[in-house]
Formats: sequence, C-alpha cells, structure tokens
Amino acid sequence: MKFLLNLHDKLRPLFHKGGKLEKIEPLFDAQDTFLFTPATVTAKGAHVRDALDLKRVMIVVVLALLPCTLFGIWNAGHQYSLINVGAPQGLGADVLRGCRLVLPIIFVSYLVGGLWEVLFACVRRHEINEGFLVTGLLFPLTLPPTTPLWQVAIGISFGVVLGKEVFGGTGMNILNPALTARAFLYFAYPAQMSGNVWTALVKGGQVADGFTGATPLSIVATLPDKVPAIEALQQAGHSFLSMAKGIEAGSIGETSAIACAIGAIVLIVSGIGSWRIMAASVLGLLTGGYLANMMGSPSTMSQLPPYFHLVMGGFAFGAVFMATDPVSAAATNAGKWIYGFLIGLLTIIVRVANPAYPEGVMLAILFMNIMAPLIDNYVVVAHIKRRARRG
Amino acid sequence: MASKTSKLLTDPLLDNNPVTFQILGVCSSLAVTTQVKTALVMGAALTLVTGCSNLAVSLLRKQIPAKIRMIVELCVIATLVIVADQVLKAMLYDVSKQLSVFVGLIITNCIVMGRAEAFALQNPAGKSFLDGIGNGLGYSMVLVIVSSIRELLGSGTLLGHHILPASYPPNLLMVLPPGAFIVIALLIWFQRTLITKQHQEEA
Repeated sequence: MKFLLNLHDKLRPLFHKGGKLEKIEPLFDAQDTFLFTPATVTAKGAHVRDALDLKRVMIVVVLALLPCTLFGIWNAGHQYSLINVGAPQGLGADVLRGCRLVLPIIFVSYLVGGLWEVLFACVRRHEINEGFLVTGLLFPLTLPPTTPLWQVAIGISFGVVLGKEVFGGTGMNILNPALTARAFLYFAYPAQMSGNVWTALVKGGQVADGFTGATPLSIVATLPDKVPAIEALQQAGHSFLSMAKGIEAGSIGETSAIACAIGAIVLIVSGIGSWRIMAASVLGLLTGGYLANMMGSPSTMSQLPPYFHLVMGGFAFGAVFMATDPVSAAATNAGKWIYGFLIGLLTIIVRVANPAYPEGVMLAILFMNIMAPLIDNYVVVAHIKRRARRG
Repeated sequence: MASKTSKLLTDPLLDNNPVTFQILGVCSSLAVTTQVKTALVMGAALTLVTGCSNLAVSLLRKQIPAKIRMIVELCVIATLVIVADQVLKAMLYDVSKQLSVFVGLIITNCIVMGRAEAFALQNPAGKSFLDGIGNGLGYSMVLVIVSSIRELLGSGTLLGHHILPASYPPNLLMVLPPGAFIVIALLIWFQRTLITKQHQEEA
C-alpha cells in the first residue's frame, strides 16, 4: 500500500490544473479516492463529514446485490442445463455455464456504461461517480440471460446518457438509470425481452445458445379465465416455496425472492435502503392483490392469492433495489410510504388489468419516480400548514 | 439589406429553429415522423401554408381591426390548410391517408399562427412571405432529420428503400411516438451545447 500511495502522490500533480494530463483528471481522481481517503477538507460552513460517503454507500449496495448475482449465475446455468441438456449437470458445471452466460453481460454493461461515465466526467469536469457501480450491476440483473450483448451495450448507453447524464449526472436524475435502460430495451426489442417481461425465450434457431421456459408470471397471464391458478402453477412445477427460492426461468437476478430478501436485510441493517419504501410497497402489493380478489373479475391473474404476487416476477427485486434508489425515490418519510404503497398497487394494476404486460414492477417504479417530487412537495406543504395551525 | 433578407430564410433553420429552439409544433413532429415520406409531404404542406398565410396576413395587416385579428388570421390559415388538404387528397392519396388528421391540424400548429402574429402583422408582404417559408423550412428540416433517424433505426429503410441489411433487428421504440420525443430531445441537446450557446447565455 505504501508503494501505491507514493506512486499516487508522485503522479497527482500531473492531473492538477495546468498539468500534462489535466483532461483525464476525473479518471485519476476516481481511483485515487477509491483506494485512499481523500485529503479534501471542507473549506467553510458546517464541518460535518461522515466516513460514509457516496463511495461507501454504493459499495454496500453492491454487496447487498451479491446474493442475487451469485444465485442468478447458478440459476442461469441450471436452467440452461435443464432445458438444453435435459438434466442438471451438477453444481460446478452449472455455475461454470452460468458464468459463461451472465458474466459477459455484466462485463459489457460495466465497460460501455463506464466509458460514457468517464467521457461525461472528463467533459463536464466532475468526479466519476460510484453510483455507476450499482447501475452497471443492477441493469444486467434485470435482463434475461439470453439478451444479446449488443443490446446490453445499447441499453446501458441509453440508461446512463439519457437516464442520468442529460439531467446533470448522479443526484440530478429523475428516473432510475438502470430501469430506464431496461425500459428502453423492453420497448425497443420486445422479442428478446420476450414480451413477458421477465422471461427468457429462444429467438430464431439458436437453441444451442438460448433456453426456453415460461416464468410463473407468464404462465398465469396466459391462462384462460376461471382456471385455478395454483393448480396450473403446480402442474408446471411451481409452488409458493419454489418461486420464493427462485429456481425457475426469468431474468438473471430477480427470480429468487429469498436472495432479494437477504439483500433487503443488508440494506436495512446498514441503513442505506429505506425500510419504509420496501414495507410500503409490500403493503401496497398485498392490498392491491386483495382488492383484485374482491372485484370478482374472472381473469385468473386477478384471482391469484395476494401473497403469491410477492414471489412472482421481479417485484421483490424491484421493491428492494430499484424503488429504494435514494435519488429517484421520494425523500420525506411520509412521502416514502405513499411512494412505496403506490408502487405496489400499480404493480398489481398492471399485472391484472393489462394483458399486454404480465409484469408491472418496472413501469410502476418508473411512473412513481416521476411522481416522487410531487409527493414530496405535498408532504412538505402539509407539514408547513400543520405547523402554522399550531401557531 | 440583402444579407438581412437572406437571414429571414436562414435564421429559422438553425439559430431560431421553430421546433428545436422555440419548441413549437412538437405535437405534429411526433406524429408524422415515422417515415421520411410523410415527413417530407407534411413539411412541404406546412411551408407553403406558413408562407402564404404570412403573405396574406401581411397584405391585409392595415385592414384587420386589432381586436379581431386572431379570428381573421385563423380564417386565412384555415382556408389555406383546406386547400392544402384537398390538393394532397387529389394528388397523393396514400400519403394523405397516412397523415390523416395532421394536415387538418396545421390550422392549430403554433408555428403558423405564431409567425402571423409575431411577424406578418408588422412587416411588408415580401419579407413576411420569406419569413414564413424560412420557418416552414426550419420545421421541415427537423422533421426530415427526425424521420430519417426514426425510419432508419425503426425499420432499416429510408424513403421505403432498404438501407440496412435484412438481419438488422428493428428498434421498435423508434416507431413509437416516444422515440420521436427522444430524438427531438437529443437534437435540442446537441443544438444547445454545440451551436447556439449564445442564446442560453443571453437568457
């Protein structure tokens, strides 16, 4: 470490104003502050400096994502073996196969997104932001493992540039960049996203490189009216428990509600993810599910027991990792409850009422991202009124 | 003087573009830009309508009572739009069907009304005509750029000819109206950062 520190101290002046490599200063700064505590001191005003800066926050989120990522890698390999070979090939072989499927997607996402990030940091002379470490991992986890790599590259470019940098970079974005990227791919290339939001399907004749299999959500969505959904799911080999474990076809990181729950615990214990948003969205989802049951519509999706919605599709992943994004979520405590609750409720509305989209989490979160500032505004206004009445 | 008249034509193309700088006429730019062909026809129709309405309003400007000037302008514009619509129906029936209500909606296009209000009421006929044509061309230019990008990325064709290989997977977002929103937003972004920096500094 001493050697690294000396090297950095020696190189630093090169990147300062007037130095030879001034133009790529953000690049140096990024790894300098990544490795060492920056020497920057607050010049004036409040001298509250927390060790928990943006870098540490983002690293914790990446840690919280690890269970989903690792499980997703194994599951991708497992599903591949099941469908293309006919039987699981054992833990080692499945993980290896999963790595071959998933790691290129994550790599391309980081590489292409990172290039944009560095480009904007250099042109606009701001720091390279670690928020990207999260975006670059969140995005691949929401994709089917069969997504072509060029689509990953286009998607992450769209997410980083139009989801974030257009608005002025990290902290200024209205929408969650990872979900923006996914929404772009979802609307641009529905064939690869398979029409069923979280499903992976074979495209063209490339059976060897892909695998088929409907997600539980798409099974229920395609059932005719008045069919008992639970039996139909059981016939396809899904029960509540198996869907919570998540050994099923789907997007890389979202199939296992349990892995998401582990991530949620990490986020809540470390105080980084808002427990209010997570709790409220679960509450909203269950309420929506009960309401749908009571409406008495004949469609199978609306008659599904509400708690089934928790483990199906990408809801767990979305509620834990996407909805809690501190930049695009509501900021006030009361606002977080409203924001989360409406995400859950909207998810059910899209799942039940819109036959074109079996999954609604992505759309629900993006929609509520847009509404978040409005919710906050009314919460603050109500607060001011209440205090004014108190006199 | 010569430079000033030519500026009437060129200024609305970039520095003062009605769509990307004044943000007018965005609705129709979203609707008619899935194909270059419809964009070209729409651009031509709007250019002629704006030019002629500016000319007519300018000629009438001393006769129009100030209080009812909007209604008079609207009558002029509506007449011209109906003529344009009928001509399109007679000559280019297919395109006219694709454009559907959007030719009729030129009546409510802010660019036409805006130029009549802001320019033709104060200026002589010749200048007004050029100003109308210039603004129409500015609008058409944006339409053609947006529709080229959308048609190329969305269907791999340009004016109906296949440009990209058949293996190119169409980007369906570009065919949907949000695709036009995104492309226009990008154009505005590029224009503001690269070309017309001075406008922002003034404002």
